[in-house]
Amino acid sequence: MDVQRQIRTYIVENFLFGDAGDLDEARSLSGAGVVDSTGVMELAMFVEEAFNIKVNDEDFIPDNFDSIQKIAAFVERKLAARDGGSAGMPPGGEA
Amino acid sequence: MILIHHFLAETARRYPDKPALICDGEVCTFRQLDQDSDHLACELRRAGVVRGERVAVFMENSSELVVSIFGILKAGGIFVVINPTTKARKLANIFNDCGVRALIAHRAVAPVVQSVAPQVPSVKTVLWTSPGQRDAAPGRLLEEVLAAPPHAEPAAPGLIDEDVGAIIYTSGSTGAPKGVMLTHRNVTNTAWSISTYLENDSNDVVMCVLPLSFSYGLFQVITGARVGFTVVLERSFAYPYQALQRMAEYRVTGLPGVPTTFATLLGMASFNGAALPSLRYLTNAGANIPPAHLRRLREAFPAAKIFSMYGLTECTRVSYLDPARLDDKIGSVGKAMPNCEAYVVDEEGRRVGPDVVGELAVRGANVMRGYWGNADETRRRLRDGDTPGERVLYTGDLFRMDKDGFLYFVGRKDDVFKCKGEKVSPAEVERVLCELPGVAEAAVIGVDDPIDGKAVKAFVVLRDGVALLEPQIRRHCRANLDPYMVPKFIEICQGLPKTDSGKIHKNALASENASQW
Repeated sequence: MDVQRQIRTYIVENFLFGDAGDLDEARSLSGAGVVDSTGVMELAMFVEEAFNIKVNDEDFIPDNFDSIQKIAAFVERKLAARDGGSAGMPPGGEA
Repeated sequence: MILIHHFLAETARRYPDKPALICDGEVCTFRQLDQDSDHLACELRRAGVVRGERVAVFMENSSELVVSIFGILKAGGIFVVINPTTKARKLANIFNDCGVRALIAHRAVAPVVQSVAPQVPSVKTVLWTSPGQRDAAPGRLLEEVLAAPPHAEPAAPGLIDEDVGAIIYTSGSTGAPKGVMLTHRNVTNTAWSISTYLENDSNDVVMCVLPLSFSYGLFQVITGARVGFTVVLERSFAYPYQALQRMAEYRVTGLPGVPTTFATLLGMASFNGAALPSLRYLTNAGANIPPAHLRRLREAFPAAKIFSMYGLTECTRVSYLDPARLDDKIGSVGKAMPNCEAYVVDEEGRRVGPDVVGELAVRGANVMRGYWGNADETRRRLRDGDTPGERVLYTGDLFRMDKDGFLYFVGRKDDVFKCKGEKVSPAEVERVLCELPGVAEAAVIGVDDPIDGKAVKAFVVLRDGVALLEPQIRRHCRANLDPYMVPKFIEICQGLPKTDSGKIHKNALASENASQW
C-alpha cells in the first residue's frame, strides 16, 4: 500500500469510524473537525511506527500534519532522507 | 454598574488600534472587535433574540468566537460556548437543557449540528462562519453580517449586572452536564480579581492555548478586554513547537496552562526557556501540578513568576500561590484571591482547624448564580453560610489549610477526576461503554499518568459469548465522547470487584489488577 493510502486508511478507521464520507485528502484535518489535539499526537505516533521514522519536535507542525497529503509528503521526505542518509549500507544492514 | 461587554467598549475607546487578538497571524484590533460585535448584536436583535435568551457558539478558538461572545452580550443574550469536539448527543442535551434560541457555528461542525437539528426545536436561528466552505451548510453567514455597512450600535438591552451573561457546561458526578450560570457581576468581579493579582497591564501579551469553552480559557479573553492586553489565541496546544515559535515571535508575557501543557513543554527535546525572555509569568490551573514540574519550570524560566492556582467552573477561580512562596509552600495553591474567601469545613459545615482535611467552601462575588434549570444540584452546591441569607459554594473538593492559611488540594469527594485539566465523570464514560451491545458492565477510574495527570482507564466485562476487541470499544468511545474522556487504557476482564451493597468497588480497581476478578 502506498504511503498516502495507508495514512488515509488509518484516519478513516480511527477517526471516522470507517465512514470515509467525502474526506478530501487536501483538507485540513483539524479544521474539518476530524482530529483534535490528542488525535494529532496519535497520528504522529502512528507514522513513527508504521514507517519507522522519527518525528522531531520541529517536524510536528501543521504544515506536516494537517492534511492527508501533507502527512504523506512529510513521510516521503523523511523516508527519502533516511534512505539517502544510509546510502552505502548493505541492504538490511544494521544502522 | 459594569457589564462584561463594557470592558470591550471602554478598551476600544482607549486603545482602538491595539491588537485585541492575534489568531493564526491575523490581527483583530479592539476597535474591530467592538464594531464586529455591535454588528452581530444588531443582527441577533433583528432575528428576535431578546434579553436573557441563550445563544450558543460552537467552533474552535478564533476571532469569530470572541466576536460572537461580545455580540451576544451586547444583544442582551447569554452566551454558551461549546467545545467543537462535542458529540451529537451531548450537544442536543446542552441545547435542550438551557433552551438555546440561536446558534453561531463553524461550518466544519455542520454535520453534527444538522444531525441534532430535529431534536432541538428551540433553535430558531443559525449563523455559520467560514466563507470558504459555502457548500457545507446553507444559511446566513457571520461574515456577511459583519460586512454589512453601516456600523450601528445596538440599542441597550436593559441589562443589570445581576443578569446572567454566561452559561458554562461542566461534567458532574452523575455524568449529565450541568450549566453553570455566571452573572455579569460574577464575571467582571473575577476578571478584576485575576488581573489584579497577576498584575496584568496593557503591555501584556498572553498566549491562550486553552479552549474558550473552558472558563480558564474564556477569562484570558475577558481579562484582556478589561485590561487592554493582546491575546494570542491558538486553536489548541496540538502543535507545541509552533506555539513556542509564536510565543517568541509575539514576545508573549503570560502563558496560562494546565499541567499537561507544562509537562508537554518540559518533555520537548528542543524546549529552551531562554528563547522566551519576554515571558513574565506562567499560571497553572485546571488540575494539580506535580511539585517536580514546578521546580523544573522555574529552572527553565528563572525570570518568570509561576502562579499555582485553583479554581472550578462554579466560581471560576478561588486561589493562587504568591510566586515568592513557591519554595516554602510548594504543592499549595495558596490563598483566596481578592474579594473571595475560602475555608475548610467538616461534614456539618463547621470550620475546621489547621491541617484538618475537609471540604473547601468558597464565598465571594465570583460564586455562580446556580446551575441552569437544576434546583437540586444547585441546592447541593450552594448552601447557607455563616450569616443569614448568604450562599456559600461547596466545591466537592477536599482540602487542608496549614497554620499559615495556605490551601492544599487533597482529593475529590466523588470519583470525578482530571485528565489534561478537564473533568472526567466516570459515570458518563461508563454509560457510553455500556451502550455497546456486547458490554455487560463497565467501570472507569483515573490512573496516574506523567503527561495527562490522570489517564482514563476502563474495565469492561463482556456478555457471554461476545468477542469485542479493544479497538472496537475505543472507536465507539471516540464517536460518542469528548476526546479527553476516551479511555487511554481498556482492560477486558471477567468480572468487577463489588462492595457488600453490590456497588463496583473502585478503590479495589485502582489498587490491584482487575484481571483476577
